[in-house]
Amino acid sequence: MTNELLKIKNLTTSFRIGDEYYAAVDDVSLTLNKNEVLGIVGESGSGKSALAFSIMRLHTRAKIEGEISLNNRNIVEMSKSKLNKIRGDEMAMIFQDPLTALNPLMPIGRQIEETLFLHNKRLGQQGRKKRVIELINLVGIPRAERVYEQFPHELSGGMRQRIIIAIAIANDPELLIADEPTTALDVTIQAQILDLIRELKEKIHAGIILITHDLGVVAEMADRVAVMYAGQIVEIATVERLFENPLHPYTRSLLNSVPTEGQDRLHVIQGVVPSLKNLPRTGCRFAERIPWVDASYHEENPTLHEVESGHFVRCTCHKHFYFLDKKEEQENVVS
Amino acid sequence: MWKFIIRRLLITFPQLVFLSVLVFIMAQMMPGDALTGLIDPTITAEALDLQRERLGLNNPWYIQYADWVSGLVQGDLGQSFRFKMDVTALISERVMNTILLSAVSLIFTYIIAIPLGIVSGRYNDSPLDSVITGYSYLGFATPIFIFALVMLWIFGFQLGWFPTSGSVAPGLESGTMEYYISKLYHALLPGLSIALISVVSTIQYLRSEIVDTKQKDFIVTARAKGASENRVYNKHIFRNSILPIAAFFGWEITSLISGTVFVESVFSYPGMGLLFLESIMQRDFSVVTSLVLLFGAASILGALLSDIILSIVDPRIRIK
Ligand SMILES: Nc1ncnc2c1ncn2[C@@H]1O[C@H](COP(=O)(O)OP(=O)(O)OP(=O)(O)O)[C@@H](O)[C@H]1O
Ligand SMILES: [Mg+2]
Repeated sequence: MTNELLKIKNLTTSFRIGDEYYAAVDDVSLTLNKNEVLGIVGESGSGKSALAFSIMRLHTRAKIEGEISLNNRNIVEMSKSKLNKIRGDEMAMIFQDPLTALNPLMPIGRQIEETLFLHNKRLGQQGRKKRVIELINLVGIPRAERVYEQFPHELSGGMRQRIIIAIAIANDPELLIADEPTTALDVTIQAQILDLIRELKEKIHAGIILITHDLGVVAEMADRVAVMYAGQIVEIATVERLFENPLHPYTRSLLNSVPTEGQDRLHVIQGVVPSLKNLPRTGCRFAERIPWVDASYHEENPTLHEVESGHFVRCTCHKHFYFLDKKEEQENVVS
Repeated sequence: MWKFIIRRLLITFPQLVFLSVLVFIMAQMMPGDALTGLIDPTITAEALDLQRERLGLNNPWYIQYADWVSGLVQGDLGQSFRFKMDVTALISERVMNTILLSAVSLIFTYIIAIPLGIVSGRYNDSPLDSVITGYSYLGFATPIFIFALVMLWIFGFQLGWFPTSGSVAPGLESGTMEYYISKLYHALLPGLSIALISVVSTIQYLRSEIVDTKQKDFIVTARAKGASENRVYNKHIFRNSILPIAAFFGWEITSLISGTVFVESVFSYPGMGLLFLESIMQRDFSVVTSLVLLFGAASILGALLSDIILSIVDPRIRIK
């Protein structure tokens, strides 16, 4: 398929804790097309950043297995020098915490310029400066000339996030990964940054991976959504289908629509993502958070099942909820 | 930046006043007074009292303090009873020697510490790092005067590469080229001895700064831009790690002082440190108090220097 930008196949990223490796991203496969926005949602600790860092190959001490192909070149096996040609140019990343992601001792202008300098040798010093001013304006910061000379600590969090976005889009990347670009910001600023990303989406024509734990953001921005839990994709579908027909109990808990046999219609699932060391590695990883579901509903080795075209769900336990829904619908009809 | 520096200078002033009060109290508590060393046994008690009255030694303490400080400001540190000369004159040449020795050892310290600290921090937990860290432990554990003795014995007496005492070869005329070269030559071995020991704290400090900076988020940002590993170190990690070292510079002066005291006596190097030990031994108290005052002032000014350097290199302070 010519439209395919990124293809991830059986990606496993493991960290060493003590003497053993533990997978934070476990056998993830997905594709991203050009111009497509893929949302990745999941609670804290579900492995979203670990996945993003794997794609950029930014982990310093992790074991990465599987394949990550950007325009048909495998990033996992690429030499460092080749990788450095791609990073910041063909693929770029917006980071989670704008307060720490900029060098405190380097003027803003030079930090944006660096990525131009590394990938666009033809641009002279004047050209680079001009482009930097342009970028600062593009991300909606007034008085770019002044900001060019300033240091990170002189800017607010929202401004710094805009600078980080400017760095990321400086060389018109084909793949842009935004790792929770608004989590560290307050609500009004969050909305502004999302507006900015939405605007840029039209302008830069990049494939975007948008990581968030906010399904509202996903509904607005994404074409497709992957839901991650404990290092695995548990459900992936187009935005429309995922919101209309969420199947996996985890997805449904994120959407607040889990039926139970009890009285409370909207059962809120308790608990958190277990830590890497304590993660169950066999069976349905979500089983322990829905203890009222009979063990027989879970698969022994849960895999992704295609339930409708392009809509995949892991494990068979969602069927339990399907039957509950049916039962309730019938009850509604009766009463 | 100027605002910061001026504010910093304003803090320094009361520090110096406090130091002078402390030293004054110390001087008052020393047995005897300015006349004790000068007296001729034939002088009568009355004549002595008259002299005391004349010199203001019977005045209340605050007047005496004021007199003492105004003397200080004019460069009058009193009389050395041992050398029967003005302390100021006695000290000034020693001070120059010690400054030379300190400068030499500072230069050695940085020449050794920066590369070793960088290697140790960049390749932390590698065999090379273990060797450097091992050296640091040895350095921490070795008393400087013992080490200086060993250095003197090997390079001074056994190999004969360096002079074994003094600060200049005898017979050279002050002001000639040979004279200055000889001065420098005499400072090399003691300076190196101090540096080899005092360097370990700077190495470890730099190492931990680098290890720390390496894990910062902005380093990830730099890598994500496609910067090579060398570029990441040269443009992002080192500058951020050297910063606290620059600030450490002034504090280094304090540790140098303690270094010179022992090393000067091992090398019979006529600096402030040697004079200090001798004066304590000889109960030449006016010299002791003067030197304490100078050492204290050097520490305070060193701290001041540290902060000023930091304010120049760190934009976070520069702006305020
Ligand atoms: N460098 C590392 N070494 C060891 N464990 C790590 C490392 N980085 C992440 N982990 C672990 O991997 C798991 C996934 O972490 P990750 O940061 O990918 O979560 P996330 O989904 O991005 O969460 P958040 O929403 O908080 O950003 C967590 O259990 C985390 O503790
Ligand atoms: Mg994260």
